[in-house]
Amino acid sequence: MRGKAHNLRGHNLVAWITAFLMLVSLYAIFWYAPLEKYMLEVQKIFYIHVGAAWNAFFAFFVVFVASVLYLKTRDLKYDVLAAASAEVGLLFTTIVLLTGPIWGKHSWNTWWTWEPRLTTTLILWFIYFAYFLVRAGVAEKARRAVLSAVFGIIGFLDVPIIYISVRWWGSHPMVFGKTGGGLHPMMLHALIVSVVAFTFLYVYFCQKAMALENTRQELQEIKEKLRERI
Amino acid sequence: MGYWRKLGALVGKDIAVEFKTKEMLSSMFIFSFLVIVIFAFAFTPSRATTREVFPGILWIGFAFAGVLGLNRSFAGEKDNDCLLGLMLTPVDRTAIFLAKAASNLLFLVAVEAVSLPLFFVLFDYRLEGPLWLLLAVILLGTIGFIVIGTFLAALAANTRASEILLPLILFPVIMPVVIGAVKCTAIVLAGVPPELKGELVRWVQLLGVYNIIFLTVPLMLFDYVLEV
Repeated sequence: MRGKAHNLRGHNLVAWITAFLMLVSLYAIFWYAPLEKYMLEVQKIFYIHVGAAWNAFFAFFVVFVASVLYLKTRDLKYDVLAAASAEVGLLFTTIVLLTGPIWGKHSWNTWWTWEPRLTTTLILWFIYFAYFLVRAGVAEKARRAVLSAVFGIIGFLDVPIIYISVRWWGSHPMVFGKTGGGLHPMMLHALIVSVVAFTFLYVYFCQKAMALENTRQELQEIKEKLRERI
Repeated sequence: MGYWRKLGALVGKDIAVEFKTKEMLSSMFIFSFLVIVIFAFAFTPSRATTREVFPGILWIGFAFAGVLGLNRSFAGEKDNDCLLGLMLTPVDRTAIFLAKAASNLLFLVAVEAVSLPLFFVLFDYRLEGPLWLLLAVILLGTIGFIVIGTFLAALAANTRASEILLPLILFPVIMPVVIGAVKCTAIVLAGVPPELKGELVRWVQLLGVYNIIFLTVPLMLFDYVLEV
């Protein structure tokens, strides 16, 4: 089993880059970017909110691609990738759902609005939580990989339809539009740095989650071998 | 035997089983009846606000009864390894999926046909719009619910605790159907006011697109769900 020891050197490199970029993005958010005229410091959460949101959607796109690749190739590494990416995506979605209300309380004067993007993110959170329930419900490895890949594909294809239906459903007036076009150039720089930093954080977490999942499966194999001997 | 004859035979099998056991239809119907009674206590039927939430109540009743039926549709096949027998029959896998969806659709429509009048009577609701349009809209929503529901029921049947899992994986995915069906039903129940006609068309289109997508995607993926 020692031969399978994972090469963690790449992990350290990504970890250092992530740490550096996170510090840079903190600097960009709190010193470089100007204060927003009306929302003042509260608007700073926007950089983290968007950074997490972008990566949440990216993570779920990776789940979709990895699921399709798994069904095509039957290579378990894609299953591990999909599981890891879904896990990190669920974390980022949770961050989005936590930072959104904090920001919304200040700018819309309400914790929660059934605004299309927010609502879609919430349903997305439910779908990928369900993804883990599917995984938890199947013990056999190959079977779990197939079923979760199928659900990962269905869930991802559903997202655009959910977004459209929620947008048509809630015809609430938008009090404050967070359109990128209206951003101060220095705010935009800070946003870009923050998104890049979060992307590296995503890659780092994903690596760790994959290593963890691989180790878990190795452990399972060892346990099964032991059981056979006994 | 042609493809459609095989499909008909599979649907006939499901109906025959149901008429022997009667476990699905009766429990689905009683459940939707219970939903009516619970909502009648939760919202006083005579109040005006209740009229506004009536389309929602209707679809909650249908969706919950539907999940009950969907849970049985593949769990029953698992009992005596019937699913294996089904897979050994010389038919295309898509026929198995379509037949299951068709029989589930038949059962849910049958339950709706009985409970819809009950909803109207017990909530003392008067229909403003044309009846055929209401039925068409309900059928459209039910098809969307059933196609993806049948597929996810097959998926859930392969897991432990499938009966708990199905509602948890199905409801987030059918959110667009719930929204669209409730909106359509509300507009039709209100008598299709001219200013809402465009909205009705839009929602019907959304339901149509959803139905087409989630009828074709499961056809492509059903092989993977059934393999052992």
